Amino acid sequence: MLNAITITSIYVLDQDAALDFYVGKLGFEVKVDQQFGPMRFLTVALPEDPDHAVLLELPAPPSVSPDVAEQVRDLVSKGAGGGHLFLRTDDAHKTHAELEERGVDLPEEPIVQPYGIDFGFRDPFGNSVRVAQLTPPPSA
Amino acid sequence: MSRASEDSNRRMLRARDAMDRSYAEPLDVPALARIAHVSEAHFIRTFKTTFGETPNRYLQRRRVERAMFLLRSTDRTVTDICMAVGLSSLGTFSRVFADVVGEPPSVYRRRGPLAPVPSCFGMRWLRPGSNTAVSEKPGAASPP
Repeated sequence: MLNAITITSIYVLDQDAALDFYVGKLGFEVKVDQQFGPMRFLTVALPEDPDHAVLLELPAPPSVSPDVAEQVRDLVSKGAGGGHLFLRTDDAHKTHAELEERGVDLPEEPIVQPYGIDFGFRDPFGNSVRVAQLTPPPSA
Repeated sequence: MSRASEDSNRRMLRARDAMDRSYAEPLDVPALARIAHVSEAHFIRTFKTTFGETPNRYLQRRRVERAMFLLRSTDRTVTDICMAVGLSSLGTFSRVFADVVGEPPSVYRRRGPLAPVPSCFGMRWLRPGSNTAVSEKPGAASPP
């Protein structure tokens, strides 16, 4: 029936700043950057996972009313905008070091978890990002 | 709402994240205010306006949540868990835990192991609610 997730969406508060962060620092690539009237349709994807795009959506009129846009912006900046990305890496420590070098605000070090090694941080707007180096299942 | 308030929210979120991460350490208002890049005078009030509770209460309930997790996921002693969540007095720990959860740690432990969920979601959803009164220690991180 259904085959795959092709696009998931997160709210960002500034699409240029979102590009700086997701493309400039995290290594995503732009898939689509297209102006549709007042709306800028902006999707990015990881080079190794090009079929799963993330829509970087601005909460703004006319999609939502000005009041609702402000409410959403408030929630996103409080970490309650519902935006979460769980990303996979082959080497959590190396990735952590690279992101730090690129100036990402990384409040925590990689932590050993039952499922692997991971660390979390937030994008400039308040969305949460977790990066995990997953331990293969024992049978693998 | 303004961009200034979004910036303030984001700073408070940074301090709240620090409590979620470093609950085992003796966090105080000066340290948290530094993490939020705001003055100590503004920190408690702004945090409460932003998240609806004082930083001290947020931290207290985070510690209880972590203790709840450790009680049901490990066989460490109650004293050991008290220390592991950043509280140095077993008496304070037991009182706060019972106030928040409604039963003592040893009784709560009998509920058995928790189902595995990603820890970040577990920490968000299993933190006990603020409708249960938790007495505040004098001189702690927030005014009554």
